[in-house]
Amino acid sequence: MKITLKVWRQKSKDAKGEFKTYQHDHVSSDMSFLEMMDVLNTQLIKKGEEPIHFDHDCREGICGMCSMYINGQPHGPLQTTTCQLHMRTFKDGETITVEPWRAQAFPVIKDLVVDRSAFDRIQQAGGYVSVNTGGVPDANVIPIPKKIADEAFDAAACIGCGACVAACKNASAMLFVSAKVSQFALLPQGHAERKERVEKMVEQMDSEGFGSCTNTRACEAECPKAISVANIARMNREYFSAMVSSYEVKVGGGE
Amino acid sequence: MKWLIDLFSSTLGRKVLMALTGLFLILFLAVHLAGNLQLLKHDGGRAFNVYAEFMSTNPLIQVISKGNFFFILLHAGVSLGLTIRNRNARGGVGYAVISGKSSIWSSRNMGILGTVILVFIVIHLKDFWAQMHWGGIETVMYDGKEYRDLSKLVAYWFHVGWYVALYCFCMIAIGFHLWHGFISAFQTLGLNHPKYNPLIHFVGKAFAIVVPALFAWIPLAMYFNI
Repeated sequence: MKITLKVWRQKSKDAKGEFKTYQHDHVSSDMSFLEMMDVLNTQLIKKGEEPIHFDHDCREGICGMCSMYINGQPHGPLQTTTCQLHMRTFKDGETITVEPWRAQAFPVIKDLVVDRSAFDRIQQAGGYVSVNTGGVPDANVIPIPKKIADEAFDAAACIGCGACVAACKNASAMLFVSAKVSQFALLPQGHAERKERVEKMVEQMDSEGFGSCTNTRACEAECPKAISVANIARMNREYFSAMVSSYEVKVGGGE
Repeated sequence: MKWLIDLFSSTLGRKVLMALTGLFLILFLAVHLAGNLQLLKHDGGRAFNVYAEFMSTNPLIQVISKGNFFFILLHAGVSLGLTIRNRNARGGVGYAVISGKSSIWSSRNMGILGTVILVFIVIHLKDFWAQMHWGGIETVMYDGKEYRDLSKLVAYWFHVGWYVALYCFCMIAIGFHLWHGFISAFQTLGLNHPKYNPLIHFVGKAFAIVVPALFAWIPLAMYFNI
């Protein structure tokens, strides 16, 4: 296969970026998209040019590191991660445009690498359960209906790649945050901190500068883990009920 | 009361305002349509005029009407604020290529559709509502009581070709706005449940087609004397 690549090149966070076009004549249809990029980078290194920087890690679709916006869609035309996308998806002679995720909250660090630590800060704000010390409880002590367990698991399948933000016309992080809220809200273990969690995570999400949700459902359509927008509705419910009913216990001096 | 301010300044809280005002305006549309359909009666506009007189004088309706204006402004105002935030959220550099395959057109263009509708509302108020309240509108007598002849004014405008075309165009815009807005409002309020989703989707889509179509049918019927 022969393809033409239009790739966003940007030296550093503050540098002005631009598209550069590369002719790639040695592409096998069996290559993954990242392998194709590896071959291109090897050629660039041999020519003494700066290779194209991009995020990747496990290359088996579970880590959430790869993050390319290919031909107008995050992770390319298939509902999968970029590492699981193969060149057979493209036509011989096709021009492929590769861009980084675009969001105020995800600044470009270099080329196709963006800083997604905003997601980490949202997670740190409330995406956890506090486990107190004591004996290890038996796993089956708390009854959880299979359907609820499955739903929580589906939400927990989110790998935090940020494709939802990239796909959303508002660069909204609602699908990610709602998946993280849901995986705990559905399970009894998450109930203790349920209200505090959603309040803090939404507050952090807003302060990171993500957009609001207009229910276009583009996130759901592009999510490599098929996280449902039903989670967004759940987060809306969780948030409103928390905001109108939560209370903070003030620790006094025993007066 | 800080929590209340926090709630309605968050993106989720502002979306709730959009959903609630939107649903109120949907109800308003249904009532408005029920009134307008009386124009199709061949009674010289009597039923419509009696109805219009009631709507512009009944004290309870006057309160609801003030609320309605407020909700229209709130709906538009909150959406403007959110749209600016959403634009900024993309960052300085946008995408060079956007496929647009993963969402429907109306969902991505609610702002444009809403602006068209807002302009339409202004024109609509100027030509009918303002005339009814302050314009030198003609009157008719039914059973010894004086009524303002709004149906005559409607009949005048609905025989002007470009006006009918503009009206129908704006009804199409409302249709697209409702196609996304109706279902979206329920999702925003957290009302997403596999048992009720099919009903919400069916009613939402049917409403988005039937209501604007009936609104548009009235000027078309009057223009072509059907």
